[in-house]
Amino acid sequence: MISAQAFGDPGKMKDYHYTGPVEHRFSPYAYNGGTVLAVAGDDFAIVASDTRLSEGYSIHSRDSPKCYKLTDTTVLGCSGFHGDCLTLTKIIDARLKMYKHSNNKTMTSGAIAAMLSTILYSRRFFPYYVYNIIGGLDEEGKGAVYSFDPVGSYQRDTYKAGGSASAMLQPLLDNQIGFKNMEGVQHVPLTQEKAVQLVKDVFISAAERDVYTGDALRVCIITKEGLKEQTVPLRKD
Amino acid sequence: MALEDLCNFEDVFYPEITTERFSVPFGRKKACGYVTDLPFRNNKSVLQFYIPEAVYLDESPIQFGQINPVPSSSAIPSQESLLTSSSLPTSLPFASSQPVPLPFPMSHGTTTLAFLFQGGVLAAADTRSSCSGLVACPASQKILPIHSHLVGTTSGTSADCALWKRILSRELRLYQLRHGRRLSTSGAAKLLSHMLHPFKGTELCVAATLCGWDGGEQDDRCLDSSSKTTTTPKIVREMTADASSEKLSLSLTQSSSFTQQTTSEIISFSGPRLFYVCSDGTRLQGKLFSVGSGSPYAYSILDQGVQWGLTVAEATSIAREAVFRATYRDAYSGNCVDIYHITSKGWTRRRREDLKEEYYREKERRRLERETQPDVLQANTRSKQKTS
Repeated sequence: MISAQAFGDPGKMKDYHYTGPVEHRFSPYAYNGGTVLAVAGDDFAIVASDTRLSEGYSIHSRDSPKCYKLTDTTVLGCSGFHGDCLTLTKIIDARLKMYKHSNNKTMTSGAIAAMLSTILYSRRFFPYYVYNIIGGLDEEGKGAVYSFDPVGSYQRDTYKAGGSASAMLQPLLDNQIGFKNMEGVQHVPLTQEKAVQLVKDVFISAAERDVYTGDALRVCIITKEGLKEQTVPLRKD
Repeated sequence: MALEDLCNFEDVFYPEITTERFSVPFGRKKACGYVTDLPFRNNKSVLQFYIPEAVYLDESPIQFGQINPVPSSSAIPSQESLLTSSSLPTSLPFASSQPVPLPFPMSHGTTTLAFLFQGGVLAAADTRSSCSGLVACPASQKILPIHSHLVGTTSGTSADCALWKRILSRELRLYQLRHGRRLSTSGAAKLLSHMLHPFKGTELCVAATLCGWDGGEQDDRCLDSSSKTTTTPKIVREMTADASSEKLSLSLTQSSSFTQQTTSEIISFSGPRLFYVCSDGTRLQGKLFSVGSGSPYAYSILDQGVQWGLTVAEATSIAREAVFRATYRDAYSGNCVDIYHITSKGWTRRRREDLKEEYYREKERRRLERETQPDVLQANTRSKQKTS
């Protein structure tokens, strides 16, 4: 089993040349790839992820989506090390239930974000190797996206991409949704149809250039009516 | 201690860290008083405070008579038991003395600065959060308000800074509730320094400057909002006029402690204060600090221009210039600048300014100078020719 070793270079293989005998320490982490994206609109939020689960040169599964439904108005997307993703979602589900039983109401997106930050930071010295993005509706019904780093630093955004292809997708979103570095352009608010189309296009591009992204795309659209899911096929090679 | 209280529902979730706690039933957590025993539990009022995420806070997070406090899981009362080193999250189940090498980088790199002047304290910071070569966030907030009269700039790992600021806010609020007065900036700095001390030698990285205004506590001691002194009597009246039982009891405690305050001693120091606290144990008081990868560039501008007698406008422009020069030269600083100004009435924040505008203004200024310059040059050469 080959696990990710290089700091700052997740999942990519090192160059092989003989440097002398090397002691390999057991690394408790592995990198399973995958990309997650979330976009917030005026009255909707979209969380999308690819469904490929890979490790090194192999693909473990073509149908492992990375969006997890937390409540009717909140979806969590997590990519990175799949083992930590599973445990983290179990812990969050349990905490959501505890909150529901003791406070008699469902957690809001902002509260879930704050809670996730403390859960992640409690493992500051042996972190969960997960890149999280929460997408949902806030108390006023507006779309909200919260992006996290593996140790719990977070903030609210309008759009965010995380995971293996994040460095390719984030500039594209900056340009198309944030209108960054464009002069003389009218800032049109994002409609739901345009946002969904943009997300699909963006993932198709990511699958072209990132080996860990592909197979299929799962899009979750959160509106006040509830959650809708769509699946779109992507490149399988 | 603080980290564990904030983050650990230790009875349920981390059996692998301290096995002796694993058998403790779930119900014990409830009996500790969080849910059922607190007298104000059903009252969504002042004793449960909610610090929202680090978006722009237009008002201080800790306010008496807060409109919308949401009881969050962070408001866990501190446990009576002392923290032993074995229950720190640093004890790994693998029992290896070396820490596990992380497969990902953490965010670092910044320019923050703060200085004292006659108008109070001015704190400024850039907004770029970088992560080994990638800009993780171009719009992060590096100056976090702690309470109405204290603001902290953050440098180092952003997760560490955000969480430790939250812990500090909570401890300061508890201090205020227990002792009836706000802790001074010096005390807050000492508290933060002592809280970070157990983590010395680990990879925790927090370098913060605490900027605050001490004193003036007779005016807004029992209402620690950033309201001006003129509104204080009005709020007190509102509280006492309210018929609901819990608010009455609250106002009673207010008025009783208010009388206490008038008979107690006057605090010795009042005015602006600036402290630098670092996770390696440094705690320094000063008049001017700049922290981060861009700090050398910022220091050069600040050393040139900062004096006690600056007006607020002058101080703001010097701070903005310093951050601008630092972002120009330092790759890890950039994007926008946040400026906070702390006075006796509390902190105020300027609208976030994109430094791109500053860059274009500078270019325009240079261009205009160059256009007027050739006339001067020609005049000089003509006069030289005449004299020679």
